[in-house]
Amino acid sequence: MPLSPIIDAHQASNEKTIMSGRTLYDKLWDEHAVQTAEDGTTLLYIDCQLVHEVTSPQAFEGLRLAGRAPWRPDSIVAVADHNVPTEPDLEEIPDAVSRHQVEVLDANCAEYGLLEFPMGDPRQGIVHVIGPEQGITLPGMTVVCGDSHTSTHGALATLAFGIGTSQVEHVLATQCLPVRKPANMLVRLEGRAAPGVGAKDLALALIGSIGAAGGTGCAIEFAGQAVEAMSMEARMTLCNMAIEAGARSGLVAVDDVTLEYVRGRTYAPEGAVLEEAERRWRELRSDGDAVFERAVVLQTGELAPQVTWGTSPEMVVPVDAAVPRPDEAEDSVRADDMKAALNYMGLKGGETVTDLELDRIFIGSCTNARIEDLREAAAVVRGRHCADNIRQALVVPGSGRVKAQAESEGLDRIFTEAGFEWREPGCSMCLAMNADRLEPGERCAATSNRNFEGRQGEGGRTHLVSPAMAAAAACAGHFVDVREYLA
Amino acid sequence: MIPFIRHRGIVAPLDRSNIDTDVIIPKQYLKSVKRTGFGPNLFDSWRYLAPGDLESDHSRRPRNPDFVLNQSRYQGASILVTGANFGCGSSREHAVWAFLDAGFRAVIAPSFADIFDTNAAKNGLLTVRLPEDAVRTLVEEVEQTEGYQLDIDLPEQTMVADSGATWSFDIDPQRKRCLVEGLDDIALTLHHADQIREFEAARRAHAPWLFDRFGSP
Repeated sequence: MPLSPIIDAHQASNEKTIMSGRTLYDKLWDEHAVQTAEDGTTLLYIDCQLVHEVTSPQAFEGLRLAGRAPWRPDSIVAVADHNVPTEPDLEEIPDAVSRHQVEVLDANCAEYGLLEFPMGDPRQGIVHVIGPEQGITLPGMTVVCGDSHTSTHGALATLAFGIGTSQVEHVLATQCLPVRKPANMLVRLEGRAAPGVGAKDLALALIGSIGAAGGTGCAIEFAGQAVEAMSMEARMTLCNMAIEAGARSGLVAVDDVTLEYVRGRTYAPEGAVLEEAERRWRELRSDGDAVFERAVVLQTGELAPQVTWGTSPEMVVPVDAAVPRPDEAEDSVRADDMKAALNYMGLKGGETVTDLELDRIFIGSCTNARIEDLREAAAVVRGRHCADNIRQALVVPGSGRVKAQAESEGLDRIFTEAGFEWREPGCSMCLAMNADRLEPGERCAATSNRNFEGRQGEGGRTHLVSPAMAAAAACAGHFVDVREYLA
Repeated sequence: MIPFIRHRGIVAPLDRSNIDTDVIIPKQYLKSVKRTGFGPNLFDSWRYLAPGDLESDHSRRPRNPDFVLNQSRYQGASILVTGANFGCGSSREHAVWAFLDAGFRAVIAPSFADIFDTNAAKNGLLTVRLPEDAVRTLVEEVEQTEGYQLDIDLPEQTMVADSGATWSFDIDPQRKRCLVEGLDDIALTLHHADQIREFEAARRAHAPWLFDRFGSP
């Protein structure tokens, strides 16, 4: 394994003194605690639930069977994203099973009077892209969704976490969840990352260092100079990946960047109400003397763009490194995991990352399909063309609004002239529930969040990278250090 | 929810860490709008030699003889012992439904991903945390002894093997109570309905911009 840039800052005691300040997470938690039982279980009030077609049908059915109805229909927004096709100009979903699932969502929304952005609506898109984009997600809220990447919304200082279908039903029925409070974990991203090294690279490097379970049982607050310098889109990428470190929530404190982002969005408050809200939102930051149970520091100035080589996001190396070999593993368990991952990925270990030839490129997903991601990729693609060995290069915008914005900037033409396909919004090849998928054995550079076995299609081999790295790999036909392209 | 009090069953080993929910139940089965029927698709891509989908007749799909759960000695297994960070990845509760539908009642591992762990508790699938070395020993014993069974006693928080080997385990008291009594935790929360309404009224006054926001036109 390469040298870890992580330094264990301090391992503070779980016991907080009465005098110590509160973390951002503590503040959000306290503000939403309806009650806390003696055993520590808190009944947490949920301000907003986002609903999609895959994890909600059984919840609505359960609600109906128990003779219950949604507690607060005005707190729910629904959208179909996982199953929707991304080919242009489709009137309906060709796959009957997928179509049925989306129709069930439509019917549930109609029955209970829920706001839904249906397929073809310009507001439709990936649930974690449209929440912040429409001003549905606001600082200081609690947001849940039956999707693990709900951590994304924490970029707006929102207490947001993914839940299972039983909990979707619980929130529908009661507006609350009985939960145990996770521990506070601080990740400080210090220094300034080099051009070509983005939030995705920082997230992957962090997961590589602390492991895919490094944040389990914690809510991670991201802070430090590198985070302060980030756009909201980059902060969303970072918080999105918190779950890949095992943390159900990621968080960033409110600053001017946050407030500027929220202003003018469709469902954001306006006028005097906004002024009052902003006054309160400015308090959404950890106190100077707040105590975190865990803290790590990552020096971002030294980082290179990252590429995953295995079947867990923690299996990651810098682009200028080699794929690790099992005999370099710390112990036999890890060596066995590495062998299984290398075998699945069609690798032996020891290969130079930049020698890995690719079959497909996927630029999209709730991690990296926002306007800034597409701009970053387009900047690399401009004046270049996809290499001959690339069978397909997809760009799937995160929402109808992102797509329209990109088209107004001419990004779609940069991509299509370079040989990319420009698609309709949806989750697409991140999890391959629709027709966009890898064939067995195909190797893909993907801007999504999971390189699990079969994630992008049975037998498909996924390497997670940033949008700029995916764009550069498309043009070269193999991985390249995008910093060379930008020089 | 099916209560979990005591359970005796065959143990099967799956000796890998970071087993994710995409592997437990692949995406094509998530198109179902039901909670049942996922059993044949538990570890689908490891269990069968070729991909299937919701419309496949799984009894006719050729099985992978190398996959541990396909071995005859583990047929009827209801307890899985496996590696750290089990159930990481997607929030899909289908992963837990698949375990139950395949006849499993408990999973033993050094650690679990948070969402899988919560989903398991909501459905009566017991997750047992044991230290890494205890899991290692258990895996070895299971592999050495055909028909290896465990008696799990949740009220006592113990597991006993036929050899007499005993392990005790920790569990959150509230989770234990829900599992043992098979409680409907929505009904439990609704006992506090008045308190929720009171909280909600105060929150509306405090942050009015979070109310009356959405709804179909």
